[in-house]
Amino acid sequence: MLVLGPIGFTAPWLLVGLIALPVLWWLLRAVPPAPVRRAFPGVALLIGLKDDEAETDRTPWWLLLLRILAVAALIVGFSGPVLNPDPGLPGEGPLVVLVDDGWAAAPDWRARIEAAQARLEAAQGEGRRAALILASAPPEPGDLPLRAAGDIAGTLAALTPRPWPVTHAALRDWAASLDQEVETIWLSDGLASPARGALADLLQNSGRLTVLEPGMPRLGLLPAEIDGGLVRVTALRSHGVAGQSLTIQGIGPDPAGVERVLADATLDFADADHRATLELSLPPELRNRIARFEIAGQNSAGALTLADDSLKRRKVALVAGSAGREGLELLSPLHYLREALAPSAELVEGALGDLLKASPDAVILADVAVLAEPDREALAEWVAGGGLLVRFAGPRLAAADTGRGGDDALMPVRLRAGGRSVGGAMSWGEPRSLAPFPETSPFYGLDIPGDVDVTSQVLAEPGPDLAARTIAALADGTPLVTRKALGDGQVVLFHVSANAEWSSLPLSGLFVQMLERLAVSSRAGRPDREALAGTTWIAAQLVDGFGHLDAAGARPGVDGARLTDAPGPDLPPGLYRSEARVLAVNVLGAEAVLEPADWPASVTPEWQGTRAETDLSGWLLLAALAALGIDLIASLALSGRLARGVGGAAALVLAAMLPVETRAQEADPAIIAAAGNVTLAYVRTGDAALDEISEAGLQGLSDQLFRRTSIEPSPPVGVDLETDELAVFPLLYWPVSAGQPAPTPGAYARLNAYLRAGGMIVFDTRDGDVARFGSTATPEGTRLRTLAQPLDVPPLEPVPEDHVLTRTFYLLTDFPGRFAGQPVWVEASPPDAERAEGMPFRNLNDGVTPVVIGGNDWARAWAVDGNGIAMYPVGRGLAGERQREMAYRFGVNLVMHVLTGNYKSDQVHVPALLERLGQ
Amino acid sequence: MTRTVPLRPRAEALAQPLPPLLARARHLASGVVLGEHGRRRPGLGDSFWQYRPAQPGDTARAIDWRRSARSDQHFVQEKEWQAAQAVVFWVDRAQSMRFASRPDLSPKADRAALIALAASVLLNQGGERIGLSDMGAPPMRGNLQLERMAEALAHPAAADYGAPDVSVMPRHSRAVFLSDFLGDPAPVEAALTTAADRGVTGALIQVLDPAEEAFPYDGRTLFRSMGGSLEYETRKAGDLKARYLDRLADRKARLDGLARLTGWQFHIHHTDDAPTSALLWLYRALEGRV
Repeated sequence: MLVLGPIGFTAPWLLVGLIALPVLWWLLRAVPPAPVRRAFPGVALLIGLKDDEAETDRTPWWLLLLRILAVAALIVGFSGPVLNPDPGLPGEGPLVVLVDDGWAAAPDWRARIEAAQARLEAAQGEGRRAALILASAPPEPGDLPLRAAGDIAGTLAALTPRPWPVTHAALRDWAASLDQEVETIWLSDGLASPARGALADLLQNSGRLTVLEPGMPRLGLLPAEIDGGLVRVTALRSHGVAGQSLTIQGIGPDPAGVERVLADATLDFADADHRATLELSLPPELRNRIARFEIAGQNSAGALTLADDSLKRRKVALVAGSAGREGLELLSPLHYLREALAPSAELVEGALGDLLKASPDAVILADVAVLAEPDREALAEWVAGGGLLVRFAGPRLAAADTGRGGDDALMPVRLRAGGRSVGGAMSWGEPRSLAPFPETSPFYGLDIPGDVDVTSQVLAEPGPDLAARTIAALADGTPLVTRKALGDGQVVLFHVSANAEWSSLPLSGLFVQMLERLAVSSRAGRPDREALAGTTWIAAQLVDGFGHLDAAGARPGVDGARLTDAPGPDLPPGLYRSEARVLAVNVLGAEAVLEPADWPASVTPEWQGTRAETDLSGWLLLAALAALGIDLIASLALSGRLARGVGGAAALVLAAMLPVETRAQEADPAIIAAAGNVTLAYVRTGDAALDEISEAGLQGLSDQLFRRTSIEPSPPVGVDLETDELAVFPLLYWPVSAGQPAPTPGAYARLNAYLRAGGMIVFDTRDGDVARFGSTATPEGTRLRTLAQPLDVPPLEPVPEDHVLTRTFYLLTDFPGRFAGQPVWVEASPPDAERAEGMPFRNLNDGVTPVVIGGNDWARAWAVDGNGIAMYPVGRGLAGERQREMAYRFGVNLVMHVLTGNYKSDQVHVPALLERLGQ
Repeated sequence: MTRTVPLRPRAEALAQPLPPLLARARHLASGVVLGEHGRRRPGLGDSFWQYRPAQPGDTARAIDWRRSARSDQHFVQEKEWQAAQAVVFWVDRAQSMRFASRPDLSPKADRAALIALAASVLLNQGGERIGLSDMGAPPMRGNLQLERMAEALAHPAAADYGAPDVSVMPRHSRAVFLSDFLGDPAPVEAALTTAADRGVTGALIQVLDPAEEAFPYDGRTLFRSMGGSLEYETRKAGDLKARYLDRLADRKARLDGLARLTGWQFHIHHTDDAPTSALLWLYRALEGRV
């Protein structure tokens, strides 16, 4: 192939013909146009006249040019021009596929994998070896893990993006150590990275480097902040080219505990801006429930920011034992608590019974000794349900009998009568200072200011569990703060008063920090490193690269100080929990910026759209034809024959436009054959590769049906929705691809008629690996919504466990294809369906569900080649084969369901029927 | 042959709306046959003119007894002297007359024949004798003659350009020549001279196609006459237009001059005009009012 700039030629030697063009020019100029022969009686009058010009009649230059251009277009057209040719030249050396598998690659992950797959398969065809290098797991310098290209292509599907940004420093060192020539395909995530340029240079030195990088800006969300009463959400993008609108969704549990979108707002990027901020005014109840913010439709970890305590304002109920004495505000038991909590918590005060109904996060009893019995029971129940009760001592508590003589449920320890007073005017001892917090204490790591001292306290009765319940003590070992668990909640007792009468603790900053650590309050903004020092955090939920939140499972705890670091392999982003406190580690920190990748000038990133091979020959030949057509008309006009030519041309055009579909009345032989036997059908999508998979898949399923059941289907048939008769097919398999054209309204009318007549369409979005059903996050999901919009589809639900589809032939609980675990949706059962007496199943609706929607890529799991050998791997090893078997079983059930309807549902009643017949 | 059937009905249909054409015949002693043209004087004829007292010499058969019985005198019924005119048509049926520049235009020959026959129908109704100059038989009256003429008109001639045939042209008759007059003008001149010698007056109708008037041709063109006897090639037909039109105008002027000289009348008819106009003109020309 000859490549000139962006255009390549498959048959370049034909271009030699262009040399002949000047000759042609000369010839055309030399030969005048042929005369028109005309019968004309007036010729008698012409005899004897002479032409004015002796010169021969020349073809006009523009007509000549037109002809030359037409011939040139023909020559160039036949020489096979290709725009943006994919240089089919085998590269030198092994192929290295370098994948930036950071979060930024997630939105177009599938396209990346397919691009890499195509290159690897091409390399396999050339017998080259290849290496897959992940930016998240750089190999050791000098190590080039080469394998067969096809082998690597098989492992690509299992790759997922990491939920953290990737760096290239280690890769640069690795590339520097490369000692052989390699061709590199670099699937870039499009974000700036310090070593990217250097790595690109190194790779270019080692051989050809192709960078594949989508042109769309990468989007990210910064952690949400509270400013005043507003929640501020900031979005970033890597390059600002034009205005852009994003939908930001705040998602969290609704009062029933079901996760849903609680807040929804549009954020607009101004032109060329990299940063845009959205301010949301949310009522506190709603705001406290928001668990995360997402950019709708962007399934990447960076487009999601988790909300933690910093976004919450806890509701704290304050109850004091005595009414504040007027004028003595500083002596009020609640004054210092109010001061400490007001900035970060919502305070409610009043009678305890009323406060509990407001479902506070914490209740503080300041020097309350005795509670009325109903209040006491309600409070105990509330604590056991997960509440936090914080009690402060005081003169009343010291004087009362509370917690004395026996265990009080609402008191962590038993108290000794009277308490003690040290360092006062009437005592000998010095005021006591605080002992360092033990490691098991929630306060561990807090600095103890030297000026905090305690003059009075209530004393705990020694007991076997006193030491375990003490979380802070004075220097002499007497407990200062004790705590015990009560049900799911806890009761904490400060052995000093909440005002400054007994100690200077409420005056110190330590007081606020202690309340924070107890999760009585939460601080606005992110805690700094020091505030977190000494704490241990356990991952509760982790974000994967696509921005999905999953339970973390058992993982080692993380030191609090490390949580302020950027996320990475040893600190995956997610929600971390320490006791009652929750801290989010987000992919993008508050100071993050997104910059587009900076490539050296010698590297031009490509992407599928921008560098797709386009065969130009068709266009050129068409242009040549058009030019010749114009030439024809122009020649006719010049020679005065246009008037007659127009009629002929019109006839030609009419003839060309005559519908050629004269065979529309004849049915396709395949459809005639299909009418005679059960035949599975798939919808031709226009994508040849996809149709091939569908056909192979249905062939595999047909084989299995033949082998296992009494259904003996004919070979599967692809149907064209626009023209083919659908009524003869019991089932249509419709794979959805993102670029699929929608059928015409006429085709939809036929589809609806088909569905009404009992047909079934199985939609397969084939994105079960990355999508969740109903999300528009994948292009296929979006496309499915568009495609199915005009269809007459009843309300849907995920297959209930007693759906007849689970037992038409095999007993199934799951419907895996190549992917498993995604719900499959079918027509919803009627709301009044009830379980028959003694029957394991409900009386479900009659008939067949008209649609089955899933994304498990069944066709690939079913697909067999001509020898009956599976074409695509499913899972790994025996588990994968088991999954394929289940996929076949699902297929068998599906076809059985279509053919037998609710027959298996009726079987449920067989015992009852037999009984009624007296058998 | 096939033309015979449609041509006559068409001609009659065309002739229908006109009043009977009574050609104003000139009084000529010789060559006049009694006809229905009243001469406003007593003579031989069928129509009653006047009664006059019988004079000596009148035969007894001449006396109108019915009138004489009402008086004592004998009266002789005199008839109006009627003279029938002979009108001879020459319709050019040469190949050049078969030209039609557009499919929706009739060939010139058709148009000429139509006009000639329409006039013949009118003349026949008026009692004139009619005929074609090249039929070889003298002009006659009657529908049979019309049939014969129509049949004769349907026979094309082989020549490229037609020349007037004056073999049948009774003296002091009237003549109508219909042709495109594009061929050699000498035979026309000779014919007209001969006609003038015989005391024949009449009308020349030049039937032309619009293309022959407009010359809408351009580019390299090889012009051929209809019969192929003449050929002319040009490289730029458009340049010839002015000179062609000059020559055509010359030809028309020459014909017009010739007509004036011999007491004939000259008219140009185009095939894209309604034939009625030509017929009207001919009607008036034969009445001698033009």
